[in-house]
Amino acid sequence: MNSLRYEAPSSLGDAIALLAGASGTSRILAGGTDIIVQMETDLIEPDLLIDIKKIPELRGIAIENGAFKVGAGVTGMELTDHEAFCKAWPGVVDGVKLIGSMQIKGRATMGGNLCNASPAADSVPALIAARAIARIAGSNGTRDVPVENIPIGPGKTSLDKGEIIVSFLFPSRPAHSGDAYLRMTPRTEMDIAVVGVGVNITLDAGGICTAARVSLGAVAPTPLLVAEAGAALMGSRLDAPALDKLAQAAGAACRPIDDKRGTKEYRVKVAEVLAKRTALLALERARQNT
Amino acid sequence: MSRKYHVTTTVNGDEYEYLCEPQQTLLDALRDALMLTGTKEGCATGDCGACTVMVDDTMICSCLMLAVEADGKKIETIEGMAQGEELHPLQRNFLELNGSQCGICTPGILIAARALLDRNPDPTETEVRYWLAGNLCRCTGYDKIIRSVLAAGKEMRGA
Repeated sequence: MNSLRYEAPSSLGDAIALLAGASGTSRILAGGTDIIVQMETDLIEPDLLIDIKKIPELRGIAIENGAFKVGAGVTGMELTDHEAFCKAWPGVVDGVKLIGSMQIKGRATMGGNLCNASPAADSVPALIAARAIARIAGSNGTRDVPVENIPIGPGKTSLDKGEIIVSFLFPSRPAHSGDAYLRMTPRTEMDIAVVGVGVNITLDAGGICTAARVSLGAVAPTPLLVAEAGAALMGSRLDAPALDKLAQAAGAACRPIDDKRGTKEYRVKVAEVLAKRTALLALERARQNT
Repeated sequence: MSRKYHVTTTVNGDEYEYLCEPQQTLLDALRDALMLTGTKEGCATGDCGACTVMVDDTMICSCLMLAVEADGKKIETIEGMAQGEELHPLQRNFLELNGSQCGICTPGILIAARALLDRNPDPTETEVRYWLAGNLCRCTGYDKIIRSVLAAGKEMRGA
């Protein structure tokens, strides 16, 4: 066991300075539900842990100009207990609700779920479908990056060594918008996605789809934004032909592995079926959201 | 050798202090430094819920929180559930309805069940089952646990 140092800075500037000044391996500690397991099982042996939970910018849920800003260190329970956020982004909440048990959600954060960079991370496809932006701070200042550009492979992100995700910025929500996330697992709780699908749509007053984003999880090394799948819904009422095109595009985008949770063929088939179901749930919500 | 960290925290209403190393978990501190061994270690990876405690009114797995993070926090463990000799209605119903067999999951389940009834005094059976999905029991088959929680809820509502 090497010598580990723990710091809990109370400002973002202090956290960035600690990261920039660190030699050896540094890790950000948010909810700790992945990192503490990795430390316990000797997968990682960090020299410095920076606990970000005392930094105000990472903790709050705010509405700015009609759009939500959620701190990267907000816990799953804080988010799923936030009535206005649940009303605006039920699909993002679907994903967060599937992150582990109630105990895990008491600690786990969306920032951690994204930075852990599991291909099966449950909150990420819904964030991508929602067009969420990650606000990232580092010693060179702040930059805004679409969530889909953060994971670059299993356990790997595009963040530079000294960078921290501060918050997630959601776009303002037009009327008749709805989002949803569904995942397939062999059991209903406490499992890892075989396939996850996030869908986010906006309809016009006549019920025609004017915006659509579709993201798939657990079918490739990273969660995917599938432009063709979104395009399949555009201009439609999400009727049967449009849903068939969606399913086809979703299946075609999959680049899955075989593992104990499912074969490649099974994952592709499930992605097709689940994409339709998720789109129909998003449609139902969009119709209710006037 | 890592340096030691000094932590001041409140457990079941009493102030405690301990020294910990940064990689030690809250579960380690509760059991080994404070000798509060009612909180159990099962998997130590956040899957089984045996180590469930409340931290600032939120239920968590104490194996997935560092001891050093508890500084300034309010912690509640199974040792604080009974009032002296008087058992909490959940504890009494678990005894009467055989909600506990070998007992290692029981402290975590009682803490989790109390957290549920605090939020939702009249949960459905389905809500109890989903809420307790993170608490594994290898003895009871869960049915007696669920019945015990529902009976305690009913008693606490005065229904």
